[in-house]
Amino acid sequence: MELMLNGVAQRFGAATHLYGLDITLVPRAVTVLLGATQAGKTTLMRVMAGLDKPSAGRVLADGVDVTGLPVRQRNVAMVYQQFINYPSMTVADNIASPLKLRGGLGREGINARVAELAAKLHIEPFLKRLPAELSGGQQQRVALARALAKKAPLMLLDEPLVNLDYKLREELRDELSMLFAAGESTVVYATTEPTEALLLGGYTAVMDAGELLQYGPTAEVFHRPLSIRVARAFSDPPMNLVQATAGDGAITLPTGLTLALQAGAIGQASTTVTVGIRASALRVVARPGDLSLPGNVELAEISGSDTFVHVDTMIGELVAQLPGVHQFTLGAPITLHLSPAMVYVFDAAGDLRVAPSGTHAAASRA
Amino acid sequence: MARIALDLAHAYSANPQRDEDYALLPLKMTFEDGGAYALLGPSGCGKTTLLNIVSGLVTPSHGSLTYDGRDVTKLSPQQRNIAQVFQFPVIYDTMTVGENLAFPLRNRGVAPAKIKERVGRVAEMLDMSGQLDVRAAGLAADAKQKISLGRGLVREDVSAVLFDEPLTVIDPHLKWQLRRKLKQIHQELKLTLIYVTHDQVEALTFAEQVVVMTRGRAVQIGTASELFERPRHTFVGNFIGSPGMNFLAASGSAAGIEVAGRTLAAAAPATGAFTLGVRPEYVRLMDAEAPGALPGVVTAAQDIGTYWLVTAQVGTAESATLLRARLSPEQFIPKVGDAVWLSVIGTHTCYYVNEELVA
Repeated sequence: MELMLNGVAQRFGAATHLYGLDITLVPRAVTVLLGATQAGKTTLMRVMAGLDKPSAGRVLADGVDVTGLPVRQRNVAMVYQQFINYPSMTVADNIASPLKLRGGLGREGINARVAELAAKLHIEPFLKRLPAELSGGQQQRVALARALAKKAPLMLLDEPLVNLDYKLREELRDELSMLFAAGESTVVYATTEPTEALLLGGYTAVMDAGELLQYGPTAEVFHRPLSIRVARAFSDPPMNLVQATAGDGAITLPTGLTLALQAGAIGQASTTVTVGIRASALRVVARPGDLSLPGNVELAEISGSDTFVHVDTMIGELVAQLPGVHQFTLGAPITLHLSPAMVYVFDAAGDLRVAPSGTHAAASRA
Repeated sequence: MARIALDLAHAYSANPQRDEDYALLPLKMTFEDGGAYALLGPSGCGKTTLLNIVSGLVTPSHGSLTYDGRDVTKLSPQQRNIAQVFQFPVIYDTMTVGENLAFPLRNRGVAPAKIKERVGRVAEMLDMSGQLDVRAAGLAADAKQKISLGRGLVREDVSAVLFDEPLTVIDPHLKWQLRRKLKQIHQELKLTLIYVTHDQVEALTFAEQVVVMTRGRAVQIGTASELFERPRHTFVGNFIGSPGMNFLAASGSAAGIEVAGRTLAAAAPATGAFTLGVRPEYVRLMDAEAPGALPGVVTAAQDIGTYWLVTAQVGTAESATLLRARLSPEQFIPKVGDAVWLSVIGTHTCYYVNEELVA
């Protein structure tokens, strides 16, 4: 389904939950709604589903105006954070319920579809049980199977994995990616986690404080955030941001360190800019042309596959992402190295002026 | 502070027969005096049961535990002199921050001068010196939880401080600051700290030794590096790291290692069947027919922003397995459908028989 939103806004009394936004979802693909809590993700999804009527704007499904058309009259599947199932029905009946409600499929057809979904989501052994007899992960698999059952042209998932352990989350996310790849539905998936957006791929719409900031292919949005706000929302650990002055083909960082800049990147001489450095751009191994930033380790956070080292440097506190597990003593001296080609530069208004060279090419391969 | 030695088990029923009858399978281990430990595992793995046995909230059905050689199996948490910090703040809203921190000391009749000194020190470590006279009621959840942490750490005579998922209520952006505080405090106070969590970041960042648990069993006790480099059990290989370790069914033969329908020239760790484990971080793109490499076809190439995750199918139709490689964005990245050779045998490869590391 092609879902198009034109000037959609949502106000409740004096409070604005969504500022007027336009978006056309890429049909039969996954669109990730990425943003912190309160960014407006759920509000937007409720408008898309027809659960709420927007205070302004229009919602078009395949060109047909469905603004205000209640969810019952539309073919939409939803999955929520909480594991919502019918408590008195067996797992099989839960999955079958939307099919029975809609009719058209005979008993055999329904059974076949239930079996197919149970196999895909690895819940075959539990078909005769009640939801309460299952673990949280299994309950959410049932909810997902029910949402997938009717092959709705629009499927909305609101942080569906947030209440699961991270290993279970990894497993289910992989399975969902494969199911989405079949292209049966236009999928909208809300999350607060940048890594989850990157793992799901597809397209990402970055939201912040009720505004839609940027929409595009996920990797492209990550590599070319058009504003500081997008960069902030779409990096984990947060992008390092350093106030600096640009002019004469170079950027001057606090304490007088300079970064050479590509010609014409910043217009007039001597303007205030913000330099953005992704944690992964900082290395402990020096290369020719690198800027060296000596400092002291404040903490090494270990994620299991990466180590995030917080370092107090002369230009402020920086976080570096080192692949693998590394242990550091608190306060130990460390020197971070940065290639000038790897920095982002945002102007005084917070708009992107320079992105690392080559990242766009990498993004377009996705 | 104390050295805590365990040699015990905890069963649900009086006559445990099978592994499933145990909340905690027989475990013999020691928490060294002044060490920082984490108990890590998914829900239902037994980590909270173990914590409750250490604190005295649960009496083990079998065996005993000692604090500095003294048998404390039947003693209450108070008698064991344990401090605890829970998931949610436990503080007195009507008291000031300072009074809250002083409470555990006042309760035990510590001299006022000593209380003042100790409260001052803990408040300083937690960056709360300026808030000592502020009423706790109006504070945000993370500030309240900091007070809870402070109350747990304020007594210097405790045998150990136990934490049960203490950062759950903390905003993600503030978590790392509290992790740093906890580490600094541990370095300064040298208390025995035991920390329960299902979050690998918290466990690996906080602890010197991590106890990884699954289904009532402690499968490995080690440093973050050990758990990453040499997982002693396949569960650890999978649980630590995102994504976890790749596992391939293999067997030994006179010619080397039989894996994914090929024979790789390498010393087999066992004659029969075994499992080969290699982390995505150590799978490399190789030239065709390179030693220790398997041919495969790329099924997915994902740009994860800071690295690429490439998934390839290796093996024949009967032995088809997915193998994941984490590749640097600075190198050549193959596309879906490309034929590739991926290294699986190297110094970082681990070998398992019956889920246990053998080489």
